[in-house]
Amino acid sequence: MSEMLTTLHDYFQHPFIRYALIVGLLIALCSSLLGVTLVMKRFSFIGDGLSHVAFGAMAVATVTGITNNMLIIMPVTIISAVLLLRTGNNTKIKGDAAVAMISVGALALGYMLMNIAARSGNGRTTSNVSADVCSTLFGSTSILTLSLTDVWICVAMSVIVVTVFLVFYNKIFAVTFDESFAKATGVRADMYNLLIAIVIVVIIVIAMKFVGSLLISALIIFPALSAMRVFKSFRSVIICSVVISLFCAASGIIISILAGTPVGSTIVSADICVFFLFCLISLVLRRGKK
Amino acid sequence: MGTLLKCENVSLGYEGDVVTKNLNFTVSSGDYLCIVGENGSGKSTLIKALLGLKPPISGSISLCGEVGRNEIGYLPQQTMVQRDFPASVREIVLSGCMNRCGFRPFYSKEEKKLAHDMMRRLEIEPLTKRCYRELSGGQQQRVLLARALCAARKMILLDEPVTGLDPKATNEMYELIDSLNKKDKITVIMVSHDMNAAVRYASHILHVGRKQLFFGTKEDYLTSKTGQAFLAVMGGEEDE
Repeated sequence: MSEMLTTLHDYFQHPFIRYALIVGLLIALCSSLLGVTLVMKRFSFIGDGLSHVAFGAMAVATVTGITNNMLIIMPVTIISAVLLLRTGNNTKIKGDAAVAMISVGALALGYMLMNIAARSGNGRTTSNVSADVCSTLFGSTSILTLSLTDVWICVAMSVIVVTVFLVFYNKIFAVTFDESFAKATGVRADMYNLLIAIVIVVIIVIAMKFVGSLLISALIIFPALSAMRVFKSFRSVIICSVVISLFCAASGIIISILAGTPVGSTIVSADICVFFLFCLISLVLRRGKK
Repeated sequence: MGTLLKCENVSLGYEGDVVTKNLNFTVSSGDYLCIVGENGSGKSTLIKALLGLKPPISGSISLCGEVGRNEIGYLPQQTMVQRDFPASVREIVLSGCMNRCGFRPFYSKEEKKLAHDMMRRLEIEPLTKRCYRELSGGQQQRVLLARALCAARKMILLDEPVTGLDPKATNEMYELIDSLNKKDKITVIMVSHDMNAAVRYASHILHVGRKQLFFGTKEDYLTSKTGQAFLAVMGGEEDE
């Protein structure tokens, strides 16, 4: 045990490990905030679709060789979010199909572009493509190569996300709980839906580097689902999912450093464990009541 | 008495199929309008259209100057609300005050007090901290009504408010709505299956079928052919 602690202590001497922990915790905080909304509004699949779009946009950014790939990823993903919300409003099946179409399409195009770029020798060798793709999809050690600028971008984005969430907390609740009531009584629900979608996009884009685009939805959904097993009010569910998310991110990062496992999947594994733990707790609580 | 709501030549339906047409009626301040008709005659669709949730196929529905969109309360049919949502009773009732906030992010003291008063009025005060999904159907209905009351400053629309309530709760619900109308001067528009209650409480009746079958005061309805025929069928059922 003490040996592990010394190893950890040694690791935390390096700034990149500290950056990783800071960024990891911030992402965990942001992603857990909107989890309940996503689950209850049946937006989970949209979150998933958007992360694939972000992957496609990232591939485009890589190919065109733009230095700051956020400039492409962010607007493209926001536009797709708006489009998905539009179609989702009409009929359910159409919305589902649109999500599948956009997300798989973006995935395929992204992969193809990355391959073409590699073959034409755009700064990368062919052998790296699969590693590249793998790391964008599942996250990778790239978390350990964060620069100070990356950290600051992440801090700024997190501040924006948390502020927006706090300021619009009551509205987000109203629109999530009963959208038609909100609309009927004169609340501009469409605007808040759009706001929610944009915040989700921001979260996805900042989290993509960290856990990879395939695993982001897990980071958003799992803490909320776990918290909903046990807690009864909207506020307590959100507070609990933030705590769960932070705990899982911290322990996931530390385990991945010690055991050398990929960061993203380690965090998600921790989330899965907590989910089953909470299922168990809710079972016990229900038994206790009877 | 000023006119609050005006429907002119309104047709309603789903994706081009007209369910009901030629709706012409007005609602004045202080009215208690009951919308009756058989199942599938478009009553709920009409409510949604009045609320601006669903555009009519043709014709116009206009709110007149005196009442703004954010002064209307709405009690939806229970099935439309998510039953497994993690939310406390207080959070839900408070969300009815949302339309008073505008761009202000948080609820004011008065709004919190209003929500509290409504909960007391509906006798759900002891449930304040309870989770909505663990309540009985009648309690859930009261919570949603409290929320609607928070939102209703001038007008309230109720879609089958007594579905799933036992006879005692049903009566209480009707008395409550009646006192809202008489004491608080809130205009009521209610969709109902329950003909007895409709003719007992309402001041006006709108009877919809494939088209508008009747609109006018309750007294006229009782002497009209449509009214008598419908009462004979529906009223008989309720009496059993």
